[in-house]
Amino acid sequence: MMNGKKQPLYLLLLVCFLLLVITPALRAQDWVHTGTNLGVQHIRVAVASFKPLNNNAQTLPLKSIFDQTLFNDLKNAGIFDMVSPSMIPPEMPGSPSEIHLNLWSAAPANAAMVVFGNIAANNGQITVQGFLFDAKNPTTPQILGKQYSDLANDEATRMIAHRFADEIISRLGGGINGICETHIYFVSNRTGHKEIWVMDYDGQDAHQITHLGDVALSPRVSPDNTRIAFSALGRDGWAIRMYSLTLHRLVYFRAPVGNSFSPAWTSDGTKLAFSASGPSGNNEIYTIGANGGDLHRITAFRGPDVSPVWNPKTNSQIAWVSGRTGLPQIYIMNSDGSGIQRMTDGGYAVSPSWSPSGQFLAFAWNRHYGPGVLGGQDIYVMDIASKRWIEVTHGAGNNDFPSWSPDTRHIVFQRDNQIWTMLSDGTDQQQLTHIGQNIMPNWSWK
Amino acid sequence: MLSEFRNPISFARRSTANRRTVALIAGLVATLALAGCHKKVKAAPPPPPPAPSAPAPTASITATPDTITVGQSTVLSWHTTDATSASIEGLGPVPTSGTRTVSPTESTDFNLTATGDGGTANATAHVTVNTAPAAPMAESNLTEQQFEENVKPVFFDFDSYSIRPDAQSVVAQDASFLNQHPNVNVVIGGYCDDRGSIEYNLALGENRANAAKQALVNAGVSPNRLRTVSYGKEKQFCTEENESCWQQNRRAQFTMDQ
Repeated sequence: MMNGKKQPLYLLLLVCFLLLVITPALRAQDWVHTGTNLGVQHIRVAVASFKPLNNNAQTLPLKSIFDQTLFNDLKNAGIFDMVSPSMIPPEMPGSPSEIHLNLWSAAPANAAMVVFGNIAANNGQITVQGFLFDAKNPTTPQILGKQYSDLANDEATRMIAHRFADEIISRLGGGINGICETHIYFVSNRTGHKEIWVMDYDGQDAHQITHLGDVALSPRVSPDNTRIAFSALGRDGWAIRMYSLTLHRLVYFRAPVGNSFSPAWTSDGTKLAFSASGPSGNNEIYTIGANGGDLHRITAFRGPDVSPVWNPKTNSQIAWVSGRTGLPQIYIMNSDGSGIQRMTDGGYAVSPSWSPSGQFLAFAWNRHYGPGVLGGQDIYVMDIASKRWIEVTHGAGNNDFPSWSPDTRHIVFQRDNQIWTMLSDGTDQQQLTHIGQNIMPNWSWK
Repeated sequence: MLSEFRNPISFARRSTANRRTVALIAGLVATLALAGCHKKVKAAPPPPPPAPSAPAPTASITATPDTITVGQSTVLSWHTTDATSASIEGLGPVPTSGTRTVSPTESTDFNLTATGDGGTANATAHVTVNTAPAAPMAESNLTEQQFEENVKPVFFDFDSYSIRPDAQSVVAQDASFLNQHPNVNVVIGGYCDDRGSIEYNLALGENRANAAKQALVNAGVSPNRLRTVSYGKEKQFCTEENESCWQQNRRAQFTMDQ
């Protein structure tokens, strides 16, 4: 055996050896699939077909919409292992007295949780009763029992499914609210002009918000869902405009600087950061009160400074894009402009989005950008404290404008002029839009 | 690969910065020198006229030129002797000797009255103002097409907003045309090719428009006539995915400001 004096040296050598071996391996990483909760066993959830309680002409079509929306919501949540519909027991329990839990907990379903209930349309009203049962606890299985009633139409039925899904996700997902009732704001040219649009988080029910007839870009919804800040092209160039979602019209907002665009809200809704023309004709980062007062310029450097976002956890830091050294890179600074740190080490890096937890930046990066160099731009997620990053899209199209969902489990982004979502580890990518060009998505705060 | 590509750029930036510093210092020195000159002039007051007796004052005034068209100006210069005060009708009290630039809109007699202890003296300069415009091309006749033929766009390199050496002559010609048409205001649009990200390109377009504006200002065009708008990659001149098309889109474009 070794004596006590030699052991530290031996350990030191071992550590040095490991560093030599591991560091280049980290540097050389090209594309490694990693993610959150990869080692965690997802809860296995079965969703029963909801039982229609009457023969009303609306009941069956709305039941079909409800069943599909609820299943997709739970599947999209990213925290469940969904039992395939083909493995579900041949029964349609409408109430707790009609379910045989042993059928659901046994193979092939092997469900840990069962979602079931009933649905009926009557006199223009839709009523849904939903239950969440723990299949492994036959004595006291009920976790949730909910009843919903609303107008008997497609949108209201989808919304009931979203609300019930969010209850389930919150209950089984560690208390983190689901995102099924959230919205995605985006820019679409479906009318022939780039206007601001909104859709449900799953791409359903898209509708137009602005009707300016020129170019509107960069929609950013306020944290309380009452206003959208965006940038619009006018006679004197770009200006930040404000649309009220409660009044359904533009409301007065004026940032007294030219060429202003790419607004970003603090998570308390009191301030905005944006990019605007500075004293020397360069675009700089400014902050302003949400009422239009208290303007501050917080960058002063040659080269473009654009696309600011606040750290939503503290509202004391801003990440943004700067071309001060050539091609655009991601930087972070304190919200008074001090403490500047460069986050990316080259290539072409744009469009940061700060995760609601404050821990991560998502952004678009083309690591080998240059004249004549081919290659796509992908979405990356960086841990801010360590500056370690993972590439979450790979080898598919040109990706830009990632935006975090409020639960940090999802990212919406733009790929080749359409809007997609994915889990924040890059899995479960889904295209949400198909008509026209749809770009610059922004996920609502709640 | 990446570092090879980047190093020349940062080197170029540094040398521009140095040149800028030199230019700045030169400018400061010039400003100081001018300020010094100005002071000297002020520091030398005219000696007070000794007037023991009271001779009659004399007055003379001329206008150069004495015939102008509307919008042009002429220089009045006058001289008096043995006067304690002087005034020109329509201009009010003036120094006993001096010059003044005036732009009368119709034919005018400028009456100089010199008053001294020995009495008063009068002199008159007549300025004829023609209403017919003398400019070779009236502004109202300048069409968009003529403007476009004479004020050519400035093209830029990839991800750059520096005026290239081959664009200097374009800027000089643009500025010369604009200086000949001082009543035309101009919108400078900054444009980018469609490869970069939308928001970054809006800033890059603004930088390109401002670089073109600064070049025109340096060539003598008043900044008050120039307005910049960045179009980023929102309004493309060419939509194919090749270098010649991308080059078409990386520009500062000039249009008449209506």
